[in-house]
Amino acid sequence: MIEARGLVQTFHTGQGKNKKEVHAVKGVDLDVAEGEVVGFLGPNGAGKTTTLRMLVTLLRPTAGTARVAGYDVATEPVQVRRSIGYCSQVGSTFSGAFAGDEVVDHGMLYGMSRKDAVAKGQELFEKFQLEGLWRRMNKNMSGGQKRRLDIVMGLIHSPSLVFLDEPTTGLDPQARANLWEHISGLRANEGATVFLTTHYLDEADALADRIIIIDRGEIVASDTSDNLKASVSGDQVSLELSSDDQVATARDKLASISDDVRVDGRLVHGRVPRAGKAVPGLLRDLEASGVGLEGIEVIRPTLDDVFLTLTGRSLRDADEAAEPENVDAETAAPEGATR
Amino acid sequence: MTTYLRECSVVFRRQIRMNLRNPAWVLIGIMQPVLYLVLFGPLLKPLVAQFDTGTTNAYTFLVPGLLVQLGMFGAFFAGFSLIGEWREGVIEAERVTPAARSALLVGRLWRDVLQLLVQALILVGLGYAIGMRGSVTGVVLGVVITLLVGGACAAASNALAMSTKDENVMAPVVNVVMMPILLLSGILLPMTLGAGWLQTISDFMPFRYIVDAARDAFTGDLGSSEVMWGTGWAVLIFALAMWWGASVFRRENA
Repeated sequence: MIEARGLVQTFHTGQGKNKKEVHAVKGVDLDVAEGEVVGFLGPNGAGKTTTLRMLVTLLRPTAGTARVAGYDVATEPVQVRRSIGYCSQVGSTFSGAFAGDEVVDHGMLYGMSRKDAVAKGQELFEKFQLEGLWRRMNKNMSGGQKRRLDIVMGLIHSPSLVFLDEPTTGLDPQARANLWEHISGLRANEGATVFLTTHYLDEADALADRIIIIDRGEIVASDTSDNLKASVSGDQVSLELSSDDQVATARDKLASISDDVRVDGRLVHGRVPRAGKAVPGLLRDLEASGVGLEGIEVIRPTLDDVFLTLTGRSLRDADEAAEPENVDAETAAPEGATR
Repeated sequence: MTTYLRECSVVFRRQIRMNLRNPAWVLIGIMQPVLYLVLFGPLLKPLVAQFDTGTTNAYTFLVPGLLVQLGMFGAFFAGFSLIGEWREGVIEAERVTPAARSALLVGRLWRDVLQLLVQALILVGLGYAIGMRGSVTGVVLGVVITLLVGGACAAASNALAMSTKDENVMAPVVNVVMMPILLLSGILLPMTLGAGWLQTISDFMPFRYIVDAARDAFTGDLGSSEVMWGTGWAVLIFALAMWWGASVFRRENA
């Protein structure tokens, strides 16, 4: 559904002596298969939104090529737009307009008849728990309702590929959890491929089949959440033994599946790739050797551990240090653009 | 073409629906020219005979100028609402639909021109009510010229809004552009009253010819060279502004 090769976006900021070239995206390659839910993860300013804006034809790439839903973003932008749904992080409806009117007008811009747009809109309102809000203005809706309305706008023409740009930014935990359920259902209920950008680790972890990590305009990793975590450090397994004289045996058994074993009193720690598979065998081994356990703890690495290993800094630290993402996308001039 | 017109009409209907939700703005927009008509018009009565503009009726002299002023000032503020829509993500949402990007501008211009037409008719009706006299054909031509000017200013305003995306930048730019036009076009008083140097400067102001054309049209002198020149300028300015607006809306990164 998405095939990008060497995507580049260069902006110019400032004027005169302060003019600065910003390389927001530096040669990104992307492949997304039909039916996948892909999380595009990175700190603010990493190049997520800029990449996404190139894919949805809002920004012409400075260099590189991209095919979206089978069409070239530079030479066939109208066909791309016809095939995709897009939910921007800033919203998509006017605060002083009725929600239903906005959805129907949006559908009609895709060539739908008023009757079809109303029918599809009302069906989506029901699916996204917006019943009764057809004649409500955006400004009178809660944050969660607004975001669900944005997703309805993006789905009104039944696109095969949906782009969600930071869909839960600014929502409270309850509204986030609710929106996650709806996003999870997009593939099952709407048959859509989903490409979502986020800087929330738990969001990418919970929603995406595959996670692509971008940092400073470059892709640094692309795999399933489990593989990314396993490839970095494995899970931490901690054994708490019932007596000191069993420590050596437990350490040897754990060492048979881990290269990194440490002993701390009656606690034996080790890093184990895919602990879910290895630990049952370890427990059987320990039991057969007569080792008694007071407890066992398995701690899975987080995506932040992955990011830290790949980039040398924590995702949260990177977020705090970064420039806002929309500086490059909205206020700077792309290379060659007339302002 | 049918698809294009349909896209324009979807945008137009959406815009007009929002305007109808706040009809007071149409009336607020016309308050300035109405106040000029009611409070400034009487001051011209003893003076208009000296203007040598083909009429001795103060309102027949003043209303065409106020129409052009309405077209310029009313429409030049259209871009501010576009910035509001852009800030709420509406423009971006529209730009990822397959609709022609110029249709997003043209639909909005239809709204601006319709709103201007309503205001122009109110102004002309009020003018007739308080003593204006003018040929119907000439008044129609004057209103058409007003709509061309208004369409041009609305297109330019929308283009400016899409380029700046900031009211704080746009407001001073609009003021800097509008003030010389207002003062050098002879909207309230004919430029022939001014000193030679002032008249020479105003010779380079296309809107002066447009105001003169509207005045001549109102007095029924439809075949005058002023009407030809003014109408020509109005068409040219309209075409240039449309070209600018459409090219800004079509730009990939607008």
